[in-house]
Amino acid sequence: MSDKNDIERDDHTGTETTGHEWDGIKELDTPLPRWWLYIFYATVVWAIVYMVFMPAIPGLPGMPGDGDHTRGLRNHSERVNVVAALEALEASREAGYAALEGASISEIENDPQLLQFVTAAGDAAFGDNCATCHGAGGQGFVGYPNLNDDVWLWGGSYDAIRETLLYGIRAEHDMTRFSQMPAYGRDELLTTAEIEAVADHVLSLSGEGESNPLGQQVYAQQCVTCHMEDGRGDRLQGAPNLTDREWLYGSSREQVINSIYRGPYGVMPAWEGRLDDRTIDALAAYVFLLGGGEAATAGPTGQ
Amino acid sequence: MTDTQNTSMAAPGVRQSKAEAVNTAETRELYQARQQIYPKLAHGPFRLLKWVMMAVALGIYYFLPFVRWERGEGMPDQAVLVDFANSRFYFFFIEIWPNEIYYITGLLILASFGLFLATALLGRVWCGYACPQTVWTDLFIMVERFFEGDRNARMRLDKAKWSFDKAWRKGGKHAVWLIIAAATGGAWILYFHDAFDLLENFFSGQAALSSYLFAGILTFTTYTLAGTMREQVCIYMCPWPRIQGAMTDREALNVTYRFDRGEPRGRHKKGESWDERGDCIDCKQCVAVCPMGIDIRDGSQLECIQCALCIDACDDIMKKIERPTGLITYETDDNVDRYAAGEKPRYRFIRPRTLVYAGAFAIVALFMLGALITREELQLNAQRDRNPNYVQLSDGSVRNGYNLKIVNKAGEPRELDLTLEGGDPAIQVRVLGAAAETPMRLPVGADQTQDFILYLTLPADAIDSQREEFVFRVTDPVTGETATTRSVLVTGVNP
Repeated sequence: MSDKNDIERDDHTGTETTGHEWDGIKELDTPLPRWWLYIFYATVVWAIVYMVFMPAIPGLPGMPGDGDHTRGLRNHSERVNVVAALEALEASREAGYAALEGASISEIENDPQLLQFVTAAGDAAFGDNCATCHGAGGQGFVGYPNLNDDVWLWGGSYDAIRETLLYGIRAEHDMTRFSQMPAYGRDELLTTAEIEAVADHVLSLSGEGESNPLGQQVYAQQCVTCHMEDGRGDRLQGAPNLTDREWLYGSSREQVINSIYRGPYGVMPAWEGRLDDRTIDALAAYVFLLGGGEAATAGPTGQ
Repeated sequence: MTDTQNTSMAAPGVRQSKAEAVNTAETRELYQARQQIYPKLAHGPFRLLKWVMMAVALGIYYFLPFVRWERGEGMPDQAVLVDFANSRFYFFFIEIWPNEIYYITGLLILASFGLFLATALLGRVWCGYACPQTVWTDLFIMVERFFEGDRNARMRLDKAKWSFDKAWRKGGKHAVWLIIAAATGGAWILYFHDAFDLLENFFSGQAALSSYLFAGILTFTTYTLAGTMREQVCIYMCPWPRIQGAMTDREALNVTYRFDRGEPRGRHKKGESWDERGDCIDCKQCVAVCPMGIDIRDGSQLECIQCALCIDACDDIMKKIERPTGLITYETDDNVDRYAAGEKPRYRFIRPRTLVYAGAFAIVALFMLGALITREELQLNAQRDRNPNYVQLSDGSVRNGYNLKIVNKAGEPRELDLTLEGGDPAIQVRVLGAAAETPMRLPVGADQTQDFILYLTLPADAIDSQREEFVFRVTDPVTGETATTRSVLVTGVNP
């Protein structure tokens, strides 16, 4: 490129060539489109402005703030933004939680806004903490109670549900509630024949099959203390009603025999200290409103 | 240096222009720098029509946001409003929810077919008269003309050295351009908020950041597109010139140079014979007035927006040299060929292409009209809980949960009666937050969608099948409006 006259022009297009040649093919030195060039210049300017205003250069030790990079004039930080966004989120929920605090369940039910808040907040907390055992819809599994129905071993009022949530059942908490069914088979308290007979009797209490004298006799000796003479159980002792259609550990004869043999010992953890009180309030209301909640005045056997 | 010569006049007042078409196929180079176009002011019916169109279009754009339309308590009273915050779109008596976005789709389809039809009949009338690019460019050229004078004066000014005179003319022009651009961007955002409130907040600095941002963006685009880029937008940025080739045809009325009449062209002196020559005296007035910088005599071309200003310019000359007007005119390609062959012109506005466009337009329009007329202001949707599918209660009865969604598109709150039709009469209904009464009263706010949690319980002794089918019905006891949705209750019984 010493002299202008050295520049070769392509005959066909009249465009300058780059002077490069490969097997007789020459490359045209076509100018860049102007609009393209202007956009390129604009991006260069943009990059410089960006570097001035935003964090840009990494790997510099001893920079102020939370990192080893330049901070830019805007002092922008996604990490700070996330913290602020979370705080804003909490603040936006503040009104809902404030309304929930101290509200009775009928107040919650009759305030559409509060009801919606409880449903949403409770659903989220339930999915995070409870669904593992009780199922995503609270439908429960064998050994894990269904929270939708009207059967409550430890009480189904708003306050009772909250108490269960706070202190758990057979949990590691001073206030936890406790009951234990003896393992009649494993601890050899009853013979196999006696267990089978009392299982048949228990099934007959809820209208399944026939009772038998041996079963009645064993029941009267071993079971009435907790499950009561009529088999309706005692909520104060955490003894389930044997006459209804709900079977926490299964309704088949084998499952009932198995329950008597081993003595079920299900544990509900205590959530006090692990979840804050307001979340527990929301969860209690949510579980109550799943459809099975009972009025605070319901009798101790949940009739 | 001047653009015109006064020697050898064809008639008094007829000036030969030296205007050369900036955009022609022969001189076009791929990497040529842009050449400034200095459109001369035309006078005539089409120029007048364009002034009127401009006034109407700008009038609608700037004042529509201030038009009020009463909709009732708590509802916006702006006739045309795109309310993003509450996700509603208002257009006079029409209110559209986000799930009715198909109205917008229908509107866009209508606009497309309308454009196709107009193009098949009249060429690029949209480009020439109604396109915002054309309207604002016209407005900006008007301002430019006010400060810098007409074509020759502007060319002289651009070539002149910088002086106070040049500085204030240029400065004044750009200042007014910026004011118009800012007003354009400012009017744009008025369509998205209450116009009066926003104006107040905007000038007191209390409007949302997005309002300032979009006003700024629109100010910038108006200033650059209409002020500095002008014909470049139509030629290089807009897809329509490319599409129009498929939309127009030889039977569409286009702005056309009658080569059968005009050729052979050449200069003409007063008193000379018109025999053996065409009517075009090559005065190039058509080139001088063209805002796109083309020569219409080269035939129809991509750059031509068919603004018809060359018709005005040419007719003006034709009158002065006492030849018939219409050397440049709205004419079809076929007819120009017929003239050349000595035949009579024939116009065929009804042809398969226009019939298809008009038919499609009518079908979509009817469909949308039907949809608008039958639009329901009350909708009901029930979603049954699937997890758990059903709940067995201690006494053996079965309960199903539902999420009931009631959509109230009316402008006032309602109290709706919920009833169950079909299904076992023993089914007990419970709605969270509603008193147990028959029929059940559900309050729904104005212009709202409201969710209700609903439980249906079937007593044990009434369970006789795997599922109960029934219909939820909500009725407005005041207006009699009603909405239904089918649903089932699953009992969990295996027959």
